[in-house]
Amino acid sequence: MSANQYLLKSFYKTHKVKVISAAKLLISVACVLHIGYFVRALFCCSSWANPVEKLSHATGEWGLHFLLLSLLISPLRRHLMWSDLLKFRRFLGLWSFVYIFVHFFGFILFDHFFYLPSIVEDVIDRPYIAVGFAGFVLIIPLAITSFKRLQKKLGKHWFTLHKLVYLIGILGVVHYWWLVKADVFWPMIYAAIVFILLADRLFVFIKKRQDKKQPFKNATTGSGNQ
Amino acid sequence: MSIFNEKSTRFNSNLTQSDVTDESLFLKRRQFIKASMSLSAMAYFPQLAMAAAQDNPKYSSLKRTIDLDLESSSYKDITTYNNFYELGYGKGDPVANAAALKTEPWSVTIEGECERPGTFALEDILKPHNFEERLYRFRCVEAWSMVIPWAGFPLAELLKRFKPNSKAKYVAFETLYDERNPLPGQRRDVLAWPYREGLRMDEAMHPLSFIATGIYGKPLPNQNGAPLRLVVPWKYGFKSIKSIVKIRFTETQPETSWNLSGPREYGFYSNVNPEVSHPRWSQKRERVIGKLFKQPTLKFNGYEDQVAAMYAGMDLRKNY
Repeated sequence: MSANQYLLKSFYKTHKVKVISAAKLLISVACVLHIGYFVRALFCCSSWANPVEKLSHATGEWGLHFLLLSLLISPLRRHLMWSDLLKFRRFLGLWSFVYIFVHFFGFILFDHFFYLPSIVEDVIDRPYIAVGFAGFVLIIPLAITSFKRLQKKLGKHWFTLHKLVYLIGILGVVHYWWLVKADVFWPMIYAAIVFILLADRLFVFIKKRQDKKQPFKNATTGSGNQ
Repeated sequence: MSIFNEKSTRFNSNLTQSDVTDESLFLKRRQFIKASMSLSAMAYFPQLAMAAAQDNPKYSSLKRTIDLDLESSSYKDITTYNNFYELGYGKGDPVANAAALKTEPWSVTIEGECERPGTFALEDILKPHNFEERLYRFRCVEAWSMVIPWAGFPLAELLKRFKPNSKAKYVAFETLYDERNPLPGQRRDVLAWPYREGLRMDEAMHPLSFIATGIYGKPLPNQNGAPLRLVVPWKYGFKSIKSIVKIRFTETQPETSWNLSGPREYGFYSNVNPEVSHPRWSQKRERVIGKLFKQPTLKFNGYEDQVAAMYAGMDLRKNY
């Protein structure tokens, strides 16, 4: 380890809390500016022909990005052995919710002007909207229970509840896949990412169960014998 | 003696008559400089080349034969927000990839059930026609719309020249597709290439069906389907096929690209109809480009009085 790396590491260790909150602040400011950029285009100075569509696509895509990033935290932490990453999981999930909320709000405002029968009809008649709507409904309890106090209250149920995030991720990708007309290139990329993230967890899950059944198997008759 | 040292010679009293640049030579130089400057400018700014083409007298001061009490969409919106999958699948891709489409030379092949088939140079296709301007509503199946001043001539006048015979029940159209040299969007089989569309004969011969070669008093930019495209204002936009290279008269209903891609979503007729639900977009309302909120969609895109008779007795829900 070079001197610089050592200094950096010791700086991080002593100022850990500050570094993490600074990173969060930076990401939050970037997100607010990013959403603001698209909202502003609705009212003035836009060079886009269809700023409503831009807002809708941008918030939908970034809602999915943050969701996938939050799913990426656990495997990344495991592989990098960097437990502080966990401090970002809820944070990224909440930003995913904010983007998806703006995405949904734009839909009910600009496409339906809050007219409920028309919204209901769209959700019922159009599979891609139904799937997206289901994802939105499911992410609401996760966002609400993200606050520390509720998290403590729920105890281990919190983790069970927040497993819903996998389903929401799948729904998000299906929503995107069904919405594109012909070019499914990007939906396929997202689907592949979700698949890898889920496969990774399944692998860990299976391994854990095996370890539980035969706690000493790995120690005595491990892969070295084969 | 270049123009750049003009200053140093201007007050030189030792010059004789023989030092004076011959006028024709002087003008030639000027011309050369101008030409070379504009050539290099065009290389950097393709818009300038387009501006030069705008001088074409065919398009300036065309008579507007069909008008609407609506404001036209901006030239910028019409030419930067396009669905032209041959040039890319995003709305901004066609304008970005416009240079990939080579419109010169261009020819159109006419074949099938007609007396005068053949392959014709673009000039010969366009020459006999009287050009006019028409302001049409344009409604995309994706529930957005524009108002576009097209320049061109009625499709019927073009088709009649080739004398379709009694077996000609439909007209099929095809967009440019060169397998060995595909356009950027044609490198993947996102749609069945070449892009193909079709109309029933009576639809094709309807006075509203239009061949457009220009917009806003200028030749069509490539991203809008240069050098010639179809405009059928009462049908969803994808029926208005761009950059046509083939027209075929057929006895049976021709295949169409979007129908092949999603038969449940895109029918052969694809008439604008707010009453017929679509699995992807509610067709009840549309967003006019430039506006935030949607407005109700009109049956046959507002051309009901002119075209509804052609579909009398047909179940429009089945024949979507």
